[in-house]
Amino acid sequence: MSHQEQGRPTQPAAPDRAAALGPHAIRTEGLSKDFTLHLQGGIRIPVLRGVDLAVAPGECVALAGPSGAGKSTLMRCLYGNYGAGSGHVWVRHDGREVDITSADAREVRAVRRDTLGYVSQFLRVIPRVATQQIVAEPLMARGVGREEAMAHAAALLKRLNLPAKLHGLPPATFSGGEQQRVNLARGFAPGYPVLLLDEPTASLDAANRDVVVALIAEAKRAGTAIIGIFHDTEVRDRVADRLFEVAPMQDAA
Amino acid sequence: MSELLTAEGLHLHFGKVAALDDVALEIHPGEVVAIVGESGSGKTTLLRVLAGLMPPQQGQVLYAGEDVHAMGEAARRRLMRSDWGFVHQNPRDGLRLRVSAGGNVGERLMAAGARHYGNIRAEATEWLKRVEIDPARIDDMPLQFSGGMQQRLQIARTLVTRPKLVFMDEPTGGLDVSVQARLLDLIRALVADLGLAVLIVTHDIAAARLLAHRMLVMRRGQVVEQGLTDRVLDDPQHPYTQLLVSSVLAA
Amino acid sequence: MTEASIEAGYNFGYLDENTKRMIRRALLKAVAVPGYQVPFGSREMPLPYGWGTGGIQVTASIIGADDTLKVIDQGADDTTNAVSIRRFFNRVTGVATTEHTAAATIIQTRHRVPEAKLREGQVLVYQVPMPEPLFRLEPRVAETKRMHALADYGLMHVKLYEDIARHGAATTSYNYPVLVNQRYLMSPSPIPAFDNPKLDRMPALQLFGAGREKRIYAVPPWTEVKSLDFEDHPFQPARADAACVICGARDSYLDELIVDDSGKRHFVCSDTDYCASRPPVQDAAA
Repeated sequence: MSHQEQGRPTQPAAPDRAAALGPHAIRTEGLSKDFTLHLQGGIRIPVLRGVDLAVAPGECVALAGPSGAGKSTLMRCLYGNYGAGSGHVWVRHDGREVDITSADAREVRAVRRDTLGYVSQFLRVIPRVATQQIVAEPLMARGVGREEAMAHAAALLKRLNLPAKLHGLPPATFSGGEQQRVNLARGFAPGYPVLLLDEPTASLDAANRDVVVALIAEAKRAGTAIIGIFHDTEVRDRVADRLFEVAPMQDAA
Repeated sequence: MSELLTAEGLHLHFGKVAALDDVALEIHPGEVVAIVGESGSGKTTLLRVLAGLMPPQQGQVLYAGEDVHAMGEAARRRLMRSDWGFVHQNPRDGLRLRVSAGGNVGERLMAAGARHYGNIRAEATEWLKRVEIDPARIDDMPLQFSGGMQQRLQIARTLVTRPKLVFMDEPTGGLDVSVQARLLDLIRALVADLGLAVLIVTHDIAAARLLAHRMLVMRRGQVVEQGLTDRVLDDPQHPYTQLLVSSVLAA
Repeated sequence: MTEASIEAGYNFGYLDENTKRMIRRALLKAVAVPGYQVPFGSREMPLPYGWGTGGIQVTASIIGADDTLKVIDQGADDTTNAVSIRRFFNRVTGVATTEHTAAATIIQTRHRVPEAKLREGQVLVYQVPMPEPLFRLEPRVAETKRMHALADYGLMHVKLYEDIARHGAATTSYNYPVLVNQRYLMSPSPIPAFDNPKLDRMPALQLFGAGREKRIYAVPPWTEVKSLDFEDHPFQPARADAACVICGARDSYLDELIVDDSGKRHFVCSDTDYCASRPPVQDAAA
């Protein structure tokens, strides 16, 4: 009924609602991933084998393991950027669980628009689009009005210490740290129920690291399930509720 | 059904060469789908068959549930000037070169029945602005425009009637790299603003990544791989896609 | 009329009966589909293309012994073209000819419509040099045919748009395109745009013949004929703002004459019969 529809939150689901939906916001089931390099004689590189990871709303899990163990590959599989060799990635979306590995492209887009956010290490720059617009876009895609989205974007950029005079410029010429903050603002702005963070503080100074830590804490309180890769152990210890070990595979033929 | 356009079992052979070999495809409202592949892979043929410009030897193309190749030319033309748009690689194929910029943009409006000069001119002015052409040039001929401007004019002319589905054949094909970036960004913004469904044929992987939600990779008349654009490009499965992606990203 | 008055060795109306039958079939089709260009097997005539061979073949196919024929060229009965066509029909049919619009049953015309209102039962035959109204805009004949078939006439309005954008008004002053019966775009032949309103719901039958282009088309009596325009730039037939020096008419289409070496201009009625039917201006001296 329409009067019930009006009550639908556009912000992340409150913890009690998320809990009512089930224990996990995102979980994997026997997830495996190999790469087959056809240009190198069909050599197969196994990266993930039988990964079972489950994250509840409001929980922050840090992926641990030596570099090259496949942490970034796992993140990309969770986002659907990489396909899976076998197994599933279940994301709680719109009141049901969607398997990112097998859902069709349109459904993955819908999950990414409404539920699943990803902050990569590097900002993929779109030519000529202003910073504020880049941050506001995912909000507008979810139906937030333009003015509200732009205001929200400006506030978040400001909080990440990006001066207002930069908001109207495309970030192509920004420094690495500035671009990362644009990327973070874009990732945090919509309030996704599930957020993937790949090295979110790698090129930030102490003050901005603190802002990110605060943003993560707020997101958790709002019920967001977070999976992150944090090389900075100090940040990791401040935000993570637990670690999830990604073990390197023994090289196989 | 929610699909705007669906195609099934398309076959088309030129002698022994298979231009289309059992191709299927669907596109939903608001979806941008790129068809990539090298020259000769059949991608332009596919676009022409989907747009009803060339009949397949086997298979069906349905638009809003209606068979595009069985509907008769009158209905197909009506579609071409209302629900559909076609952006050619060479703007000269899509523009009337002896008609002013304003007349070019206004033609589709007039074909759709617009009979108020002032309104047509106002709408043309608005569209010139949207494609970043100085409205003061509304009475200039397309031949006085640069290649990039001609292409933008073609896009304005195509989008002025708010089609639901636009076919684009290498829209950045003949342009300088700097001009390409501007055009791509413009297309990206317009497509998002208008909620258009777009089928775009390109061999420019970067363009496909920027514009397309979904991607089909064609080789020798077959779709060898398809899916979410970033998954196809970042985790290509088929040997041909891996070759295509690695050769482009290396450049 | 007796057979004896016809030039020896010729069939009535010059054309053989099979050719007339073929042209009449084309005419019937043209009347049935107003404004549609019907192809026909245009014959060689004893005068060159461009001198009215299309109109002559149409007239020859419909004329009967009891018809009365009037021929005008640019509104005048006494110009070379009009005189020779009139004489031609007199020699090959022996029918009566006239210069009075009201007295004629068939009027063959080049580039004008008579000023006097035509009535039911009369036939107006136009000589047409180029029947295709789209030909300057779309050079491909196959494409123009498709445009007619699909009533895809946006392009014609593009031409009007261009005129207004460049000159502030439609600049086409003759051969101004019309839409017949809300369906077919038609060239009214090179009559002045001033005459266009006369085509609309005319009581007489209008037949158009293009000899070189081998096309016949028609407007049946009382058919709607609308000149193309825009809502905010309505069709406006132009006329020189002057009076005829002979009859003083201010409502007729005027020809401009340069009467001396200093460039002095006079205007006279283009329709000679209309002018002659009116009382002359009393004070002829200027």
